[in-house]
Amino acid sequence: MIKLILKKIVNILPTLLGISVLAFLLIRLVPGDPIMLLLGERGADPQVYAEMKASLGLDKPLFQQYFSFLGNLLHGDLGNSIVSKRSVMEEFMDRFPATLELGIVAMTFAVILGIPFGILAAVKRNSIFDYSLMGTSLVGYSMPIFWWGLMLIILFSVKLGWTPVSGRIAVEFEIERHTGLLLIDSWLSEEGGKDAFLSAFSHLILPAIAMGTIPLAVVARMTRSSMLEVLGEDYIRTARAKGLPYFIVVAKHALRNALVPIITVLGLLFGSIVTGAILTEMIFSWPGIGKWMVASINARDYPVIQGGVIMIAMMVIFINTIVDLIYLWANPRMRQ
Amino acid sequence: MSDSAGQNTQTIILSELKGETPWREFWHSFCQNKGALIGLVVMTLFVIVGIFAPLLSPHNPTELFAEALRLPPAFMEGGQWRYALGSDDVGRDILSRLIHGTSLSLGIGLMVVTVSLFSGTLLGLLAGYFEGFLDRSIMRLTDILMALPSTLLAIVVVSVLGPGLVNAVWAVSIVAIPNYVRLVRALVLTEKKRQYVMAARSFGSGHWRTMLIEILPNCLAPIIVQATLGLSEGILNAAALGFLGLGAQPPTPEWGTMLADARPFMESAPWMVTFPGLCILLVVLGLNLLGDGLRDALDPRLKR
Repeated sequence: MIKLILKKIVNILPTLLGISVLAFLLIRLVPGDPIMLLLGERGADPQVYAEMKASLGLDKPLFQQYFSFLGNLLHGDLGNSIVSKRSVMEEFMDRFPATLELGIVAMTFAVILGIPFGILAAVKRNSIFDYSLMGTSLVGYSMPIFWWGLMLIILFSVKLGWTPVSGRIAVEFEIERHTGLLLIDSWLSEEGGKDAFLSAFSHLILPAIAMGTIPLAVVARMTRSSMLEVLGEDYIRTARAKGLPYFIVVAKHALRNALVPIITVLGLLFGSIVTGAILTEMIFSWPGIGKWMVASINARDYPVIQGGVIMIAMMVIFINTIVDLIYLWANPRMRQ
Repeated sequence: MSDSAGQNTQTIILSELKGETPWREFWHSFCQNKGALIGLVVMTLFVIVGIFAPLLSPHNPTELFAEALRLPPAFMEGGQWRYALGSDDVGRDILSRLIHGTSLSLGIGLMVVTVSLFSGTLLGLLAGYFEGFLDRSIMRLTDILMALPSTLLAIVVVSVLGPGLVNAVWAVSIVAIPNYVRLVRALVLTEKKRQYVMAARSFGSGHWRTMLIEILPNCLAPIIVQATLGLSEGILNAAALGFLGLGAQPPTPEWGTMLADARPFMESAPWMVTFPGLCILLVVLGLNLLGDGLRDALDPRLKR
């Protein structure tokens, strides 16, 4: 197993290197002069132009540029944002908890509803429940979430007035930052207490539903098909023949074996969660990584785009590797 | 397992006795899937609307009607049948814009599939057929592309090329390529061990001929299924870019762009938001149903 882990790590190194080259070339592939694009009219001043060029590191030969870029990267230095002048790494760390919190709640929503729905559909195969659930999940799977988010706002915030339209928490609460996850921080804060927690929760619920809808549909479908496969196995018949109640057989024998592919799918959903985060955060003005990336692309803040791409790609690769390893750990047959 | 295989052989023999062509056999099993038929009907309607958009739309999609600002749809209070689905903030007819958006979105989807299908299939063929160094380099490249979530990669590509409809199509196409590369490579790796490939090679068939004429036709079924699903993904991704302001630019009647335009009026004119998104949902849903149906009908291994 240790040999396998090492092999996996060696395998992802070229990919990481490729990502760094891709991110590095990004600003250099822009047609025309990126500095003039960034500075606009101010670029006419040769001194301002030269300063900008030097600060982006574009004044040296290409190879030298890449190696100093890579060197900085290995020290965790992603350069400074052009707009805010702050370090890209700091900005990333400021916003990451917001996206993480949204992602965790969205996935929890998908899992705690998706798995029971999938099991029920498999157990009651070909019933009305099964058909309507599979139909609904196909609709959920095809959902353009940027529209779904807007429809949720129209219904729950505008028409019913149940939830706030945007942001993470009502402005009157000033929450001391411990973890960056507002649900926890507001719970811990002394003045706000329960009200602050409820405010944070009511801000979170719609974005989490919008973002969790596609994962929910995928998890429900995957659970159903995985359960159906397992329920047809001989050992299920044996367990039933022993006289075990159907509920125990489903919950203990079948579910445990059906879970392996579901876990794999959850891991692979991570990429689509980032995609979901970008769109969801734009709709609900959620101050996370996705909104930050889109804003920097509109502002042509290239160091931020570079840094964001590298950080997100590294997370995706890391999670995929972990999922691979879990899969191999759970299925000794696949190790070879 | 052996039972169903036996049954399959039996059906095949029976269908051959009846003189059924493979096409009719495919159609027969496709029709048994209700979802697939619904998908086919939905998509046929959209294609007809898309092709005859100029004839079907009651107004010019970019014409401004000063007397009809933010009119609700006809079935709501205060609506007029002249503007059946209402009008937007500058007085354009929403129905006409949606009808023209249909041809636009379907066109975008087709272009995306064409570009990504051809380049992805070619790369996958080369990687699977020659293996070795070429295979490793191609697969590393796809690994890099796959490490970035699709929407993020698309907006990064657009950030390099600049916003606009054509650049958005390129971005979405590039994002879709790895799917085809991986699929085709895996198919070629299994197909090329078959005896018919060895036979063709020993008759003196060259590499290109073996790849394109012997192997490729045997891989077509999964590729067609992937292309159908790729069509829906392409339309969805292009609409997402339009929504983020990075794809088609206003006043183009693209569905995603229309949604972005309508956002400020979400409270006062919710119909401006509702209909474009509903169109996206219906097209994507129709294509997904169609894709699922094609997969069940084309891939005998999945038949139950």
